[in-house]
Amino acid sequence: MYVIVVGGGKVGLNLARELIRNGQEVTLIEQDRRAYLRIEQELEHAVQYGDGTELWVLERAGIQRADLVVAVTGDDEDNILICQVAKEKYLCERIIARCNNPRNLQHFKLLGVQPAVSATDLILNLIEHEVPGHGLVHLLDLPDEELEIIEVEVAPGAPAAGCRVADLRLPEGSLIISVLPRGKSGFVPKADTVIEAGSEVLVVLDPGLEPQIMAQFAPGSRAA
Amino acid sequence: MMVLVVGAGRVGAAVAKSALAAGHTVSVLDEDPLSHERLDAGQATSWEDAGGRFTVGTAIEIDALLAAGVEEADVFIAATRGDNTNILVAQIAQRRYGVHNVVVRVLDPARADWYAEQGLHTICAVKLGVAMFEQAIADAAVS
Repeated sequence: MYVIVVGGGKVGLNLARELIRNGQEVTLIEQDRRAYLRIEQELEHAVQYGDGTELWVLERAGIQRADLVVAVTGDDEDNILICQVAKEKYLCERIIARCNNPRNLQHFKLLGVQPAVSATDLILNLIEHEVPGHGLVHLLDLPDEELEIIEVEVAPGAPAAGCRVADLRLPEGSLIISVLPRGKSGFVPKADTVIEAGSEVLVVLDPGLEPQIMAQFAPGSRAA
Repeated sequence: MMVLVVGAGRVGAAVAKSALAAGHTVSVLDEDPLSHERLDAGQATSWEDAGGRFTVGTAIEIDALLAAGVEEADVFIAATRGDNTNILVAQIAQRRYGVHNVVVRVLDPARADWYAEQGLHTICAVKLGVAMFEQAIADAAVS
């Protein structure tokens, strides 16, 4: 596989290094002369100097035969346009773009630059998952199928706390698929399983039912 | 007609001033508050007193574009000093807000040509300048 990586910062350099170690053919493009000279000592012919948003620089790197173009510069405008020309002018089948500011994700989407990877969003999702007592976590969203899976911690005093599954008052279109008691492994509940406060439950539901689910398991907490 | 100019540098400010003088409604967006001075320079009244609008904001921030009036714009001019910002913001105006007349300043001749083929109205000062130099050389050879 031939991969062009644009942007020789920490992300781009480490990416190029790993790809080369895995036996892939890689060209890294870096526009800052000093950074280029430093990288060149390590990567030798696998790095080229130039502005990766300029067509001749991409062509010199052989974009016509690239299987994958990865744009990971620190500028979202640059990453969007590199991927746009890679896809639309050079008909490169696979692109991956780095999104530095999550507010710009909408621009990547508007111009069909997908997938766009936002480190900020990835970390936010992890925080949402890791911080206890935060309430609701979206584990899976399938908007086309109109289906979601959420994880929610059962708050003490919530209507569902201490309640048997059969007695829960869940809205139509929702189902508990797993119970994860604190410190123990999860299981699929039966009708007579008692939901303890402090446990986490996984619920599959139709979009829009979160408020009713939260009212049962964790009233008053913030929905994410 | 409402003209929105993004980027109040030498080009953007001059275009904004002449559009206002021609009787159009003109709104200018620039991230640098000091760029406003270029709109006042050489004018009898301030830019606002003359009827102009000025918004401080980053070109690719949707909130800034909305505050500058992208939804009402008949003509959208992308004239910041960055080719990549101009090409991106022009496509946002065209595709997201449906502005019919989008004119983009692109210095890089190769991309000015390619994006023109894709339906953007690009203006490339480098290409115009090169052509004038070539003409000057040709004229010198004849005389």
